[in-house]
Amino acid sequence: MVFREDFPMLNKDIIYFDNSATSLKPKKVIDKMVDYYENYGANAHRGDYDISYKVDIEYENARDEIVEFINAKSKEEVIFTSGATESLNMIAQGFFANIVEAGDEILITTSEHASNVLPWFRLANDYGCVINFIPLDENLHVTMENVKKSITPKTKIIALAQITNVVGDVRPIKEIAKLAHENNIFLVVDGAQSAAHMKVDMQDLDVDFFVFSAHKMLGPTGVGVLYGKKELLENLEPINLGGGMNESFDNPKEIYLKDLPTRLEAGTPNIAGVIGFGEAIKYLKNVGMEQISERERHLREYLVEKLVRIPHIDIINLEADSGIVTFNVDGIFSQDVAYYLNKYNVCVRAGNHCAKILKNSTGVTNSIRVSLSFYNTESEIDEFVELLKNKEKIMEEMI
Amino acid sequence: MDKREIILQHYSKPQNKKRMESEEYTKENTRNSSCIDNLDIYIKIKDSYIEDITFDGEACAISISSASIMTKNLNKKSVREGLEYIKNFENMLNEKEYEQNILKEAIVYENTKNTSRKTCAWLPYDAAKKILEKNI
Ligand SMILES: Cc1ncc(COP(=O)(O)O)c(C=O)c1O
Repeated sequence: MVFREDFPMLNKDIIYFDNSATSLKPKKVIDKMVDYYENYGANAHRGDYDISYKVDIEYENARDEIVEFINAKSKEEVIFTSGATESLNMIAQGFFANIVEAGDEILITTSEHASNVLPWFRLANDYGCVINFIPLDENLHVTMENVKKSITPKTKIIALAQITNVVGDVRPIKEIAKLAHENNIFLVVDGAQSAAHMKVDMQDLDVDFFVFSAHKMLGPTGVGVLYGKKELLENLEPINLGGGMNESFDNPKEIYLKDLPTRLEAGTPNIAGVIGFGEAIKYLKNVGMEQISERERHLREYLVEKLVRIPHIDIINLEADSGIVTFNVDGIFSQDVAYYLNKYNVCVRAGNHCAKILKNSTGVTNSIRVSLSFYNTESEIDEFVELLKNKEKIMEEMI
Repeated sequence: MDKREIILQHYSKPQNKKRMESEEYTKENTRNSSCIDNLDIYIKIKDSYIEDITFDGEACAISISSASIMTKNLNKKSVREGLEYIKNFENMLNEKEYEQNILKEAIVYENTKNTSRKTCAWLPYDAAKKILEKNI
């Protein structure tokens, strides 16, 4: 495959199937960040000399890339953060903490990532809100019917991943947004797993908030985005106050803040990271999000078809429209299987994948997760499946 | 038996693996942050002696077998001897000097010292150490 040469990590003689944890990075993204540090490593928002001016240009170019990539209405709707986790906490603490009332209900599911659970738990603890769970169907999917059934007059927030990191199901976000808004409910979408793997269009989905992390989409660690509709972000209190985001502050009563998006980006930002993120977005656009989705679906089908023929393998998410396959080897603890695979330089994730409350729904407390990316290949999958065929061999070699 | 066989045997037929509800036992939970190894250690201490020690829970082969060997080795020791044993085990994993003969079968984990499995081998010890330190 043509793309493989672009990724230095793919020359390392490993099979990398842990793309949901973090993706690999193309050389172009790495070079773009090195270029900043080597050739124009000044601070942003200063612009008094050429290289500092260039920083501002590159930084804002990255924002433009993202605005276009997610089809936001304007730059004001795209805030750079340290990642999906920070974005979700900003939404909960900066926006919702000011408007929720005791008794308000927050709807989530048991397959959410900890980062889309704990900020809501805190809100519930601090303000007397109630957390309710939208039931999952037998495939662990969210259905419109179950969302409808879970909504009450007290529902204020629905917070859902577009694609979950354990089950890999794609939620009907556009329909949920419509239903939520008909009922005066805010919809917060955790796009950490989806933004890298499918086309996401803010205006089409019509969500209120959407968050994602650069490192899961070919970009660097430590950068992410908080997207929010402009009229909502206007009311999001900055958690951080400080340099870069203020106009003037003569005394505590007279603090004037800048406009969006800068108002929500206090302090020196992760400049190299943001610029690298912009390059990653360019790369994704160049490959094409439709092509990426299609390729990953194909790879998943290819893998599942082979795994279902192995009697000692139980696939937990037979149906899923993403690159995620979660399974167990009958009678062997998932972590032991991962250690066995590691001996053959195969990187997979074992455990509960940060969705600690999912076990209430599946009865399975842990599993092995393969998460495929468009740069994985059929031959890698063949090698992987071959390693799993013989259960005795796994038992022999797992320690 | 080679090391692997010892580990596998303690994994497939762990010793002292039972939950102890009785008040006479002190219970301590121990888990790995990176994965979901999750064990409870139960120790019954009388007159500074370990009268009985068991464990229960769900964990990988290394953690389960390590708990099995640990409970076998700690049983009927004084609290002081127990802590001494644990100290030796810790030293082995951290590549410090240790006394092989005190550790008995537990030396099979010597080769986990530079790997992520080190935390698995240590897991049950962490809980046992906490209980014993409170009862010295
Ligand atoms: C569904 C989901 N949400 C949120 C996160 C958190 O992302 P980050 O750690 O980059 O903030 C992850 C990362 O694993 C995820 O998979």
